[in-house]
Amino acid sequence: MLHFLIIAPLLFSIFTPILYQNIKRIHTGWMVLLIPISIFVYLLSYLPKIVDHPFHLTFNWLPSLGINYDLYVDGLSILFGLLISGIGSLVVLYSIFYLHKTEKLGHFYTYLLIFMTAMLGIVFSDNVFVFYVFWELTSLSSFLLIGFWNYREKSRYGALKSMLITVLGGLAMFAGFVWMSILTDTSSIREMIENSELITNSPYFIAILILILTGAFTKSAQFPFHIWLPDAMEAPTPVSAYLHSATMVKAGIYLVARLSLIFAGTDEFFIIVSSIGLLTLCWGSYMAVKQTDLKGILAYSTISQLGMIMAMLGFGTGVAVFAAIFHILNHATFKGSLFMVAGIVDHETGTRDIRRLGGLYTLMPITATLAIFGVFSMAGVPLPIFNGFLSKEMFFDATVDLSEEAGTIYQSIGPFIPFIALLGSIFTFVYSMILFFKTFTGKIQLDKLERKPHDPPFGMLLSPIVLVTLIVVIALFPGPFNHYLLTPATSAVMGEVSQTHIKFWHGFYNLPLFMSLTVLVVGIILFLTREKWVRVYNRIPGSWSMNKGYDYILDGLIKGSKLVTTSYMTGSLKNYVRMIIGFMTVVGLYTFIKTDGWAFTFNGATLSIPEIAIAVTMMIAAISVLFISNRIAGILVLGVVGYGLSLLFVFYSAPDLALTQLIVETVTVSLFLLAFYHLPKLKEEKESKTNNFINLVISVSFGIFITLVGLSSHSSKWFDSISSYFVETSYTLGGGNNIVNVILVDMRGLDTMFEISVLGVAALGILALINYKKKGDVE
Amino acid sequence: MNIFSTILTGSIILSLLVLSVSVLLLLYRTIKGPTNPDRAIALDSIGINLIAMAALIAIQLKTTYFNDIILLIGILAFIGTIAIAKFIEKGVIIENDRD
Repeated sequence: MLHFLIIAPLLFSIFTPILYQNIKRIHTGWMVLLIPISIFVYLLSYLPKIVDHPFHLTFNWLPSLGINYDLYVDGLSILFGLLISGIGSLVVLYSIFYLHKTEKLGHFYTYLLIFMTAMLGIVFSDNVFVFYVFWELTSLSSFLLIGFWNYREKSRYGALKSMLITVLGGLAMFAGFVWMSILTDTSSIREMIENSELITNSPYFIAILILILTGAFTKSAQFPFHIWLPDAMEAPTPVSAYLHSATMVKAGIYLVARLSLIFAGTDEFFIIVSSIGLLTLCWGSYMAVKQTDLKGILAYSTISQLGMIMAMLGFGTGVAVFAAIFHILNHATFKGSLFMVAGIVDHETGTRDIRRLGGLYTLMPITATLAIFGVFSMAGVPLPIFNGFLSKEMFFDATVDLSEEAGTIYQSIGPFIPFIALLGSIFTFVYSMILFFKTFTGKIQLDKLERKPHDPPFGMLLSPIVLVTLIVVIALFPGPFNHYLLTPATSAVMGEVSQTHIKFWHGFYNLPLFMSLTVLVVGIILFLTREKWVRVYNRIPGSWSMNKGYDYILDGLIKGSKLVTTSYMTGSLKNYVRMIIGFMTVVGLYTFIKTDGWAFTFNGATLSIPEIAIAVTMMIAAISVLFISNRIAGILVLGVVGYGLSLLFVFYSAPDLALTQLIVETVTVSLFLLAFYHLPKLKEEKESKTNNFINLVISVSFGIFITLVGLSSHSSKWFDSISSYFVETSYTLGGGNNIVNVILVDMRGLDTMFEISVLGVAALGILALINYKKKGDVE
Repeated sequence: MNIFSTILTGSIILSLLVLSVSVLLLLYRTIKGPTNPDRAIALDSIGINLIAMAALIAIQLKTTYFNDIILLIGILAFIGTIAIAKFIEKGVIIENDRD
């Protein structure tokens, strides 16, 4: 059943264009809405079972390769599955009111449903290769969704950028998977975890870790791969809300969480994941303050929150992992609602620029109220109705606890981490405040807006209302969520069942609370005085940002490859022939020397003076052709070589060959004459001395090489030749005395047939060329 | 082996040698030949020499299989020389009457 449910959106996506084409009266979204809702309800039914008993489902796909459509259902995958289908339903609902019927809805919902399948596939897959298939499917469908308004230049730029970066990571991850599956001889994640010491103890461990983490970091927009996320904001807002806050960007988080049973506990994992996570946290929140676009702020905020979750997964302690899981849930709720609010503001005012917005509270009270919950939850304001506060508090708790963990690495780095976390959180607070107060308070600038804003229709508000309700419900009654979702998920990541009690009030005299208060106080001060210090952004990042780096690399790649290609693709045939012959000579001679092919014997070779004379004649003729400038003279001298060859055939008693050679030589000479008559009088090209010298070296060495090969192959006869068979059976089997002809038409008739076809094709080709020239008005 | 066959073999080889020298000299004319008609005639003569050499070899090998070649060289040398001559004279080998 679950197998079917995962691909159900994909199957349904086939019908969305048909529905869109044929049922014009109803918004296509209403029909699509059924799919995520039914998946959500079905997944909910798993919840009571899953608390203690994860289970495994399998469906044969490529059993001979050990790659099967295996699913594993445990707390972690069910948490993500519920997020995907739940927020998916809300996003579809929101998009019904957000996107007008005149948009290409058939495309939109097709892409969205493909994405849903891909995301569900990722979180339930137990097989790494199936996982990878779904992973790339998310990259692809995300590419399509970001570029949904493909007539915009920026959409296309953002789509390409996200595609390049996420696919780069995806391929790195695939390499890691292949390596892991070779080491453990299985492609099942479960079995890899059981044999994790094979991976952690192997000498390639660091390489595998880095490859896998590259995949996770690119997908989850971690530093320095975060640059695609702000540009992905060109997508329609429902897409941003769904993909770039709640689901796809958490795929990397999911990957790290899923594999942390293999990697966690090693110092490398702790160092890389925590440091990158903390760096992303600080950089994202720092950069978010600078943004003036609502979705830009939200994008950098997503980056920073993902960094925070990643850092906690890197810590790997019980409380940190629990906080990470909790924050995944919380972030999905408040960030989803905030994106939807931003979409509403955009929809109602026609702009998302906070410099043009302000004072919307009186005009859009409901939207503003919804925004309050999202923003304050994101900032971690210490009030019991914001779930963000609870997980933020746990985050501080985890950072503080870190220095008490055993292990020198924790001891040495641990004490600094709370300060870094504090720094990131202060900026989080500042941009959250900017997001809210610049939009909804202050003076309204009606002249700068396209229309007078007011609250949107109820349907558009419905989804953010549900999410905001969740924010409050999770904050006030965390118990059931803890029992059914968070604890099973944590135990899936940690491998052991651990109970953590979520409570709002830890009592006085605990460090996390003071940290929260510090954030509050410093944040307010910074927010109020931001005009004074905002100039710091001209210094850092100033002119060097990761985006510039990306553009530089992309530009450099294109320019560099152009340079490389033009350096050898000169368009001159002379050059190509030189390269081919030169390469053949070098490789051939190298092989010759390497394999010690100097086996020259001259047994049974006799030479008569006439043969020598003929050979010398041919040689003189061939060499003199090079120095003849008169074309016709050149052809005639070349004719001497041909006739000489036919005479050699006579000497070596091959009458048929001699016959054919004579005719062919005569025809060739006539053809040359024919062709030369039509050649235009070209200006004589003078080769430079160096070029001539290179040509000489190449041709002489190639000649020597071929001579050596000929001598060597003549000298080493490994087997008797089969010609005696033809001599004996030519008459008895073939009924002819002319052995050559019997071989040509009887013993090996097939070759002859195809050579006849070659001649036929050549004749037809010549005919076509001549006729083409006649018709097509030659320039 | 009687004396006649010895004489025969010796004269064949001697003739071949003379012809080879002749071909070499003709080659000199082909390469050097101040004009193209010189070269054409030299090539034609090389063809004739080839006929003689083929015939000599046929005698030496005691075979009749090369008789075809002797005839063919005759025909081809003729055709080739005509073609070259026509080319040198008119610049074309096959004239298009309808032009």
